[in-house]
Amino acid sequence: MTDILIIILSTAGALFSLLAAIGIIRMPDTYLRISVNTKAATLGVGLMLGSAAIFFQDFAVTTRVQAIIIFILLTAPVGAHLIGRTSYFTGNKLWKGSVVDDLKGKYNIKSHELQSKNVDDERKKRHIERTDQ
Amino acid sequence: MSTQVYLQYVIIPILILSELMVFVRFLKGPSVIDRVVALDLIVTIGIGIISIYSMITDTSNFLDIAMILALIAFLGTVAFSYYLEKRNKND
Repeated sequence: MTDILIIILSTAGALFSLLAAIGIIRMPDTYLRISVNTKAATLGVGLMLGSAAIFFQDFAVTTRVQAIIIFILLTAPVGAHLIGRTSYFTGNKLWKGSVVDDLKGKYNIKSHELQSKNVDDERKKRHIERTDQ
Repeated sequence: MSTQVYLQYVIIPILILSELMVFVRFLKGPSVIDRVVALDLIVTIGIGIISIYSMITDTSNFLDIAMILALIAFLGTVAFSYYLEKRNKND
């Protein structure tokens, strides 16, 4: 029974890792590659670690596996956000098929601060007020 | 067919194939960001290989190394993104 569970979990994990690898080769854009890296690889590695926990059936091993899974689940989104933010600032272009760029004009290019209003619109408004006076 | 034989002859080749495909992206990558992402994915799949290998050899001590690798991968990504952004700011 445990053998079947181990085989199912490890096969699913290996297939998700393979999907992540295919995605990182085939995706047209840096941002889509980051998305593949965070989602598919995290799930695949989590499933393989879970199969290791079932294989050993030991309290120490299960604790270690839980620590690794929680650590990966916590750090993968943070790292992906940081690297995506850096990629946006270093001027990586979006794929020509992407529809929405929500961040366009909302980041201060010099200080890298996020604003809820459009930066260019505010600058124009200030310019108009100044010319009125 | 025992579980360990299945792991050794089916799962490990799939994982090594995926590592090779990620390595192609690591060599090709148009920008530095792509290479950092590929490096992160190489280490993440490496954690999976370590967990499968610990089942094949029946040695649970390898999982400690997997934990340290996860830590190093995160630190590497954070450091790379921090310094790449700094370099862009100073230009």
